[in-house]
Amino acid sequence: MKHRILIAEDSKSLLNRAKEIEKLFKKELEKRNLSETVSVLPTGSLGYEDIGVALVIYPDNVLYAPVNSKEDVQTIVKEHFVDGKVVKKLQKPFKRFSQIEKIMGIQQRIVLENVGKISPEDIKEYIAFDGYKGFENALKTSPEGVIKEIKDSELRGRGGAGFPTGKKWEFTAKAKSDKKYIICNADEGEPGTFKDRTIMEGDPHRVIEGMLIAGYATGANEGIIYIRGEYALSIERLENAISQAYDLGLLGNNILGSNFSFDLQVKKGAGAYVCGEETALLNSIEGKRGEPRKKPPYPPTAGLWGKPTVINNVETLANIPVIMRKGAEWFKQFGVPGSYGTKLFSLNGDLNWKGVVEVPFGTNLSFIINEIGGGLKDNLSLKAVILGGVSGSLLTPNEINTPVDFNSLAKIEAGPGSGSITVLSEKRCIVDVAKNIAKFFRHESCGKCTPCRVGTDQMYKIIDRISKGQGEGSDIQIMEKLGRTMKLTSFCGLGQTAPNAILQSLKKFPDEWNAHIFDKRCPVNVCRLEA
Amino acid sequence: MKKTSILEDLQKAESHSKENYITFKDVLQISENKKTPLSKIYGVGTFYSMLSFKPRGRHIIRICGGLACHLAGGDKLINKLKEVLQVDVGETTKDGLFTLEENSCLGLCSVAPVMMIDDEPYGNLTEEKVEEIIKSIKEGTKK
Repeated sequence: MKHRILIAEDSKSLLNRAKEIEKLFKKELEKRNLSETVSVLPTGSLGYEDIGVALVIYPDNVLYAPVNSKEDVQTIVKEHFVDGKVVKKLQKPFKRFSQIEKIMGIQQRIVLENVGKISPEDIKEYIAFDGYKGFENALKTSPEGVIKEIKDSELRGRGGAGFPTGKKWEFTAKAKSDKKYIICNADEGEPGTFKDRTIMEGDPHRVIEGMLIAGYATGANEGIIYIRGEYALSIERLENAISQAYDLGLLGNNILGSNFSFDLQVKKGAGAYVCGEETALLNSIEGKRGEPRKKPPYPPTAGLWGKPTVINNVETLANIPVIMRKGAEWFKQFGVPGSYGTKLFSLNGDLNWKGVVEVPFGTNLSFIINEIGGGLKDNLSLKAVILGGVSGSLLTPNEINTPVDFNSLAKIEAGPGSGSITVLSEKRCIVDVAKNIAKFFRHESCGKCTPCRVGTDQMYKIIDRISKGQGEGSDIQIMEKLGRTMKLTSFCGLGQTAPNAILQSLKKFPDEWNAHIFDKRCPVNVCRLEA
Repeated sequence: MKKTSILEDLQKAESHSKENYITFKDVLQISENKKTPLSKIYGVGTFYSMLSFKPRGRHIIRICGGLACHLAGGDKLINKLKEVLQVDVGETTKDGLFTLEENSCLGLCSVAPVMMIDDEPYGNLTEEKVEEIIKSIKEGTKK
């Protein structure tokens, strides 16, 4: 019997040198001539990142943590594989996401249910955990029936805009065309965001299954996953998953004996944040400069090569299989009216626990920060939260007592956005943060329209001056005017959202801006101001 | 079955180059195959920050300049790399081993500050670690 060692290689485990542990295992197994019978594979989070590297051995279902040294590796290889005994002193209970579940017992895994449980490199493991069953169910239903199910689930897009997925599909399904496309937007580039990476690295087949169902429902026979070029591991895992799906006849012609055929491929981005904007993404796939297109027409009726195209975010597609497997009613037990299901958040910044969490919509933001994220590092107090990435919104401590769902957040002029939560402690300088954000947009503006091209540049120059003690009395007013102009007149979402967090910071932290501009002083001593 | 796009042709040309760049010859070739003017090929190529028309080092270092890395002291690392490599951002070391680039956000924010060298990510960096990593790659390459 072949054994598999699955090592948690999420980002936090990598910090614990999980890669090194993987190499040590491979070396040790080779030394004992076990390389042929025991394979070592990466998987997602196993919930023990707080104490060290964790791993599971299948088919024995034994979890070891922390495995931190060469000695631990040698002990496991010798005792577990050579002697055939469980290493009691390193064994931990098989509770995947123990840390978070222990704290609250509420983390709901729908999208991430397989992450850390299966090898993302083997389609059979996905199938063993009900993989492709949602797609099978879809095939037994009519395309209209599938769209109805998705509409009934009230699933909303997870890419930021929150558009109802079923409606989007319906537009494409109803469009008459000889050719239609399904595109997965995996150009995750919003600073502070790494949730789609977690799905693609940990459970790539779920994305493929979601796309198959979308293809069947809308009458599309071709799919493209557009992944940013920097996500090497995501690209590798998805390409591997696609080729396995072809081998098993889950992609290609007449899938599972049906009349439905679907081809799928990965396209790599080449380093341009704007390509996350859906029409810029279309241009990039067509091989052009990744500049946005005029809307309307919208992609569901005129997208790739002018054909009807569904563009969904990775997380959106990852929700589809489970809805088709368990039904819209089951899905709607999670979340709150207007925002059903769960949402992934990428926790980062000054928190004790950073990483990706999945919580039902409606979970209170302060709960996510203080309980799941373990509160702020070094017991510092909270200054602000950037929610939804740097194009999202800046919230003050007074505002975080808000349920995270589309409707509640709209009341404080915010939204879940990309699902990033960047926590800023009292030691952070708002001007310094604004400067980093402005620098980002100045670099990533595509240059097509003037308000964004010139606006992002001017915004950066003004903030840079202020941070150096060269601010002028009129700067705030100029920034407000500039930001408003960008918001109202930029061609696409990039320029329209670029000033969001900066404008909110002007309103919410006027004293800090004034201290820099008028007193030539940074209250938290982050900026170096010339007297 | 698959026709490649201009962007894919450029990506391919770059991946075949030992110096991680697209040569004029590549551009001519693509222009001819696609029956598209050179200006358009350059128009596409220069849009994307991962593509280069200048020779680059054997290894591309992408240091993250995103907000989470900035908060975690990323600026110090950029300075350290400049010092260790004796280059500015966008430049290549004299020995042709490294090109230093800054990335907008690598999406590894929970282990900030981070960098990638070619396809390999490195997280939770300190100035010392950065120095060690560069050293170990240098030694590894000499073999």
